[in-house]
Amino acid sequence: MSTETIEAPVAKESEALLSKRRKKFITDPLNDDNPVTVQVLGICSALAVTTQMKPTMVMAMSVIFVLIFSNLIISLMRNAIPGRVRIIVQLAVVATLVTLVNEVLKAYAFDIYKQLSVFIGLIITNCIVMGRLEAFALGNKPYDSVLDGLGSGLGYSWIILAVAFFRELWGSGKVFGYDLMGAIGFENFSANGLMVSPVGAFIVLGFIIWVQRAKTGYVEH
Amino acid sequence: MDLLNLGIKSIFIENMVFSYFLGMCSFLAVSKKVSTAFGLGLAVVFVLGITVPMNWLLNEYVLNEGALSWLGSNFAEIDLSFLRFIMFIAIIAAMVQLVEMTIEKFSPSLYGSLGIFLPLIAVNCAILGSSLFMAQRDYTIGEATVFGFGSGTGFFLAIIALAAIREKLRYSNVPDGLKGLGITMFITGLMGIAFMSFMGISI
Repeated sequence: MSTETIEAPVAKESEALLSKRRKKFITDPLNDDNPVTVQVLGICSALAVTTQMKPTMVMAMSVIFVLIFSNLIISLMRNAIPGRVRIIVQLAVVATLVTLVNEVLKAYAFDIYKQLSVFIGLIITNCIVMGRLEAFALGNKPYDSVLDGLGSGLGYSWIILAVAFFRELWGSGKVFGYDLMGAIGFENFSANGLMVSPVGAFIVLGFIIWVQRAKTGYVEH
Repeated sequence: MDLLNLGIKSIFIENMVFSYFLGMCSFLAVSKKVSTAFGLGLAVVFVLGITVPMNWLLNEYVLNEGALSWLGSNFAEIDLSFLRFIMFIAIIAAMVQLVEMTIEKFSPSLYGSLGIFLPLIAVNCAILGSSLFMAQRDYTIGEATVFGFGSGTGFFLAIIALAAIREKLRYSNVPDGLKGLGITMFITGLMGIAFMSFMGISI
């Protein structure tokens, strides 16, 4: 890809901001190449924070932020990083960004910060971030890397939001704290405690994977 | 007695995998065979047992608010806790490297079986997670050591059990869409229910 653009710089300039090739960076990770359900990355946080929609939303936004900016920074530095120390450099960049997110949340959203506890810090070891840096940002241009980070982040986000939706709905009858079950007529909805416990997360994600793979036809051997 | 209690709690009740979902990536990726799962589990116990007390020292004497007061009264006001993530991950990466080199030097056979897993461990969330929990809960040095070994052992038990189940599962007829990750998720959920029965036990 890179040699092609070097030979034809004019073609590069005329490439649309969202050409077909670039759109694929965003749409691919949503289903066919989803980071959570297909590449099996970042499962830890996908399950741990998903008891309610609100903290999940914050977590998703934090991960998207870290993914986009770490991809951008590493991509800008990709020619300056010696291969042997790249893991340390990547960890340092990611840890700095996560510290930033952590401090911002601590200052402006302390309740959610308390709820997410260590899991904001664990974005550092979230395999999606390291995986994208290794597989994409080290070998691609900054703008493409940003799009790739955005795509992977969105793919991760919709999975954890889906898990959180079902867990909150069945676990407490609510969505974003709004009493949905009560509003549609199930006044005496009895919450399912299993959904709020860790076990619920595994089972809900198992079903989501099943449905998604039945649709895309992906089979693991 | 308190320490024993904490050990049992961190192995069974607050199991890293089943109640905090930490280390899921390697838990899922390296649990296809019991022998490799054994190697990874052992390496995790090893590294956790070392890094949690190490990070405790770092936290106590450098990072916490007022921790630098041993340098003189000028430093008593400094609060470096915002550097926690970077310092912890740096210590973990350095310790993993050190452990790897030590094992390679003194026990080549152990290195043969653990070697490939050690670099993987630096980015295992169970390791960083345990250190962050340790910092959050204000453990003492004794508690931190027991907690480190305990959570490592919990991970070890969980990954070996899952690997054993997956080895048997190879001969079962699983629906296409559930093959691999899907069925593993269900199994982990069921194992989590089993581990929930330990809840409330204390000595």
